[in-house]
Amino acid sequence: MIPTSVELLLECCAALLGLSAFAVPFARRAWATPLVYSACLVVALAAGGLALRHLLMAAPAPDSVVLPLGLPWVGARFRLDALAAVFLVVVNLGAAVASLYALGYGRHEPEPQRVLPFYPVFLAGMNLVVLADDAFSFLVVWEVMSLSSWALVMARHRDADNARAGYVYLLMASFGAICLLLAFGLLAGQEGGYAFDAIRSHPPSPIAAGFVLALAILGAGSKAGLVPLHVWLPLAHPAAPSHVSALMSGVMTKVAIYAFIRIVFDLAGAPAPWWSLVILAMGGATATMGILYALLQNDLKRFLAYSTVENVGIIFIALGLGMAFKAQHMALAAALAVTAALFHVINHSLFKSLLFFGAGAVQGAMGERDMERFGGLIGRMPQTALAFLIGCVAISALPPLNGFVSEWLVFQAILLSPKLDASALKIMIPAVGALLALAAALTAAAFVRAFGITFLGRPRSVAAAEASETDRWSRAAMFACCGLCLAAGVLPGFVIDAIVPAVQSLVGGRMTPQAAQPWLSIVPIAEARSSYNGLLVLGFVAASASLAAFVIHRFGSHAFRRAPAWDCGFPDPSPATQYTAGSFAQPIRRVFGPFVFGVREEVDMPAPGDTRAASIRVVVHDRIWETLYAPIAGGIDYVAGRLNHLQFLTIRRYLSLVFLALVGLLLVLAIWL
Amino acid sequence: MALIRDLAIQATQMTLVLALAPLLTGFIRKLKARLVRRQGPPLLQPYRDLMRLMKKEVVLADNASWLFRVAPYLIFAATWVAAALVPTFATGLLFSWSADLIAIIALLGSARFFLALAAMDVGTSFGGIGSSREMMIATLAEPAMIMIVFSLALLAGSTQLSSVATYMLSPHVGLRVTLGMALVALIMVAIAENSRIPIDNPATHLELTMVHEAMVLEYSGRHLAVIELAASLKLLLYVSLIACLFLPWGLAPAGSGGLALAIGLASYLGKLALAGGLLALFETAIAKMRVFRAPEFLGAALMLGFLGTLLLFVSRGGLR
Amino acid sequence: MSGLDFDFAHLLAGSLVLISFMMLYQDRLTALINVFALQALVLAMSVAWQAYIQAAPHLYVTAVIALVFKALVIPGALHRIIKRLGVHREIETVVGVGPTMLAGIGLVALAMVVMLRVTAAADQLAREDMAFALSVLLLGLLMMVTRRNAVSLIIGFMSLENGLVLAATGAKGMPLVVEISVAFSVLIAFIVVGVFLFRIRERFDTVDVSALDRFREAQK
Repeated sequence: MIPTSVELLLECCAALLGLSAFAVPFARRAWATPLVYSACLVVALAAGGLALRHLLMAAPAPDSVVLPLGLPWVGARFRLDALAAVFLVVVNLGAAVASLYALGYGRHEPEPQRVLPFYPVFLAGMNLVVLADDAFSFLVVWEVMSLSSWALVMARHRDADNARAGYVYLLMASFGAICLLLAFGLLAGQEGGYAFDAIRSHPPSPIAAGFVLALAILGAGSKAGLVPLHVWLPLAHPAAPSHVSALMSGVMTKVAIYAFIRIVFDLAGAPAPWWSLVILAMGGATATMGILYALLQNDLKRFLAYSTVENVGIIFIALGLGMAFKAQHMALAAALAVTAALFHVINHSLFKSLLFFGAGAVQGAMGERDMERFGGLIGRMPQTALAFLIGCVAISALPPLNGFVSEWLVFQAILLSPKLDASALKIMIPAVGALLALAAALTAAAFVRAFGITFLGRPRSVAAAEASETDRWSRAAMFACCGLCLAAGVLPGFVIDAIVPAVQSLVGGRMTPQAAQPWLSIVPIAEARSSYNGLLVLGFVAASASLAAFVIHRFGSHAFRRAPAWDCGFPDPSPATQYTAGSFAQPIRRVFGPFVFGVREEVDMPAPGDTRAASIRVVVHDRIWETLYAPIAGGIDYVAGRLNHLQFLTIRRYLSLVFLALVGLLLVLAIWL
Repeated sequence: MALIRDLAIQATQMTLVLALAPLLTGFIRKLKARLVRRQGPPLLQPYRDLMRLMKKEVVLADNASWLFRVAPYLIFAATWVAAALVPTFATGLLFSWSADLIAIIALLGSARFFLALAAMDVGTSFGGIGSSREMMIATLAEPAMIMIVFSLALLAGSTQLSSVATYMLSPHVGLRVTLGMALVALIMVAIAENSRIPIDNPATHLELTMVHEAMVLEYSGRHLAVIELAASLKLLLYVSLIACLFLPWGLAPAGSGGLALAIGLASYLGKLALAGGLLALFETAIAKMRVFRAPEFLGAALMLGFLGTLLLFVSRGGLR
Repeated sequence: MSGLDFDFAHLLAGSLVLISFMMLYQDRLTALINVFALQALVLAMSVAWQAYIQAAPHLYVTAVIALVFKALVIPGALHRIIKRLGVHREIETVVGVGPTMLAGIGLVALAMVVMLRVTAAADQLAREDMAFALSVLLLGLLMMVTRRNAVSLIIGFMSLENGLVLAATGAKGMPLVVEISVAFSVLIAFIVVGVFLFRIRERFDTVDVSALDRFREAQK
């Protein structure tokens, strides 16, 4: 008998789990690192290929299997449908490039025994979350994913910052899991049908569905990094080794978004009109706040983590639009919005992995992550710089790369909003569009800053002046991502057509086939309305640039000579006179900061003749942390302090406590029944 | 045959914008000089400057990287393609559907991205100051531009410039507050994007608040020529955009004959002269702002664009 | 009603909202008074246009009242007052211009949502006028909330009243009596506050109303 796709995928996951068991005793051996990562690469490629094959089939039918595990009356159910297939492709593509990168990068790992056993489990966990088809196994594998990634965050636990990051991550992950548990409890209802099929056939009542939405936002949204639930993300993502950071930012957030889509679009029944208001507001806030936070970061990897928060915001904006259109039965518009969301999921996983790989290469060469110590790396690491530059262009939504296409689709979906029959939404959606445009412009500024400070200018430290290019595995992984970004950017029609089955299963409508359009352009609704052709734009730009270069070199001059920098006649030899990351962000901080972060600049300028050094101090308030988390943390601290007394009781008192608790419980039971 | 004709028109458009861009810059310079009773440089001076710069050798800073040398061509190419996609004398050109208004804005965004990076490459304080301020201005100018696009696109039911221009010519446009607001906002954005007074001064070096000139300070020879040409093209682009959206009279429709094209060309030249004259007048009459007044200026443009979009929902006849 | 009639009314009413925003943006007193005069002028034009298209001659009277009192007399008087007071030219705002503008946009959006919901059955022009009028009213109120200077408080109040007049003329069949009484009540309010200004000036040597608050604090 030929095994079905889902069985093969489960075998891939089993192989990964076996690999990790194998890695436990042998992790310290020199040959273990390349072995584990190359095995992961092979398995991820196989699983991704299986998912892609399922997606590209003419009429993909869901494919399911029940294993005799888990709850006895439910079993462990796994199912491969179009939505799962899209996310499996994202997960396994990310896993494959991360494993390729780790073939080189992982060799410098000081304690491989803290990484190698958990890495395959993490990959398997993400795959299984996407495959799970009942609440019980979903939650179990969700926890496997969370805990294995926590273990990877704690790989360098001796660093106090990392330990704190791990602590906050663990708290937020447990909180999210509880919320998801409650959400599934509500979905299962009185009958306790925990299989997703049973839930689908008994959609919850409108009130219960509202609570499910709230719990899904808390549970899946906290994992994805929605503001204000994002606090753990910029701590935990940078703490892990870079290939794991790439997976957490590029892929694990997408698994969280999958969970949100699965619960809200698939299981919770028809959306109520007000749902989209909440999602759009949160998405808009997440996109702008995320990138504003990013602009203030000097740690390269933390900067990238905040940018992930921003991109999750963009995806949620698109999902909110899809929900609004779905609630009003505008299938075509809903399909456009959800396509934009899924397209951005794919795009972000590609360029965020690429950028984290680049950041990892820089960290490897420099030994630190503080941008203020970098500079001029384009000369020392030209290939990494090129790859990172392509990632920056892609994430800044500039044509002809892929980031632009998905944001363009979101804008096109926004422009359909006047057809909605709800005045609050009508007015809110253009406002969210303005926030999206603001976030896009801020992203460009943020990535000019990151690339300019890291790779351009003059070296700001000895390490930067002596850095060397990274190994060839890492470069191969980065350029693979670059190629995929370019391909998705110039041939977006094929990607849109590939995700059509998933979109259709979610909203019941589909975009017109794009690959059949003349000249391979994309046309969301009609050509008179809007169209975009990445291939032609790339062709035109390349042709005009080469034409200009050719004409000038042929008929003008092509001589050049090197000389000291001009700098208006007063060049200063010290690299400290360059713009720093902080000074680059200053104008933007001054424009948006006082409003958003309560930024205050205190300048202490001594009077003329005074020899005291002048100083500037910038006070930035993280208002979300201060107003939301600090009181909770303070309260918990207080309660914990009070409970601390319980540690110092005598045995007799402990026994009486236990006794009282027992009697109390019995009393409750007596009254209850 | 029709294909060859369309291709010829498209090629004409591409060369036309390239040929006219320095002329517009020269015209504005001349007019500004005459307005303050100076003789001013000849009308064709920008062409001579470009030729002179192209013939000179390039002096590169010691630590300039490959990005510094590649960026001018990328900036020029992105701006040129964007300028060629805006209808100037005719709508519905052969490749006009390959990018809509949002994509044209994004192409200009790419040009800005590379210019800001190139400015940081040598590692001087002037480059940094220009680059960081340019990006600050862009963070407000781009959303303002997108809001303008929204209000126009919601009215016309399209983001294709040709369709919007055709809609603007149709009788059911009427007088609309939204259109007025969008026009004012677009002019404000155009002033900021082209580094004109009151945001930036295109005629000065060595002023601490300069933005664009600070970014190109390290460029010389052919690189500088290409960047200057790109700046002229960008100015021409915004003028053509305003003309195509708000003064679409005379634009030759798709597939029209020689006479219509000639009328289109003549009216386009007239619009350029008008816009150049108004810009020169405005720049002579007004003083430059402090750099931190610029966010308020652009914030006002953003607000106008957004208000215009909001007002659409209470206006006559609904939307398409 | 033909398309052009409608468009022109729409243009004028929309300009009133825009001018309200211009007043929020102004931080100099003289400029603020001028912008207010402009708003009164546009209001007069708008009312006159309504009189023309509704063929309601009594509305012309309202238009003339708006033109004479609000666009000429009151701004002139205010100019004289601030000159005599020698008030410094910068207005202190409680919150910055940016957040004020954002709040203003939010208020306009709110006004539109409310009016679109409430008046779904009404005539298109009246509906739109009501939305604009409510926006002007809310923006006037916002200005009163965010400014400290007594002169700009007065202007905020009168701009609020402009919104009321716009609403009153947009709704057909509003009797003239109400118009005149509204206009006069504003004039009286103006005189009262004007006198009040001089009193503040005498006692505290400033037109900053927070001086009053401080005075009250001191009394406690």
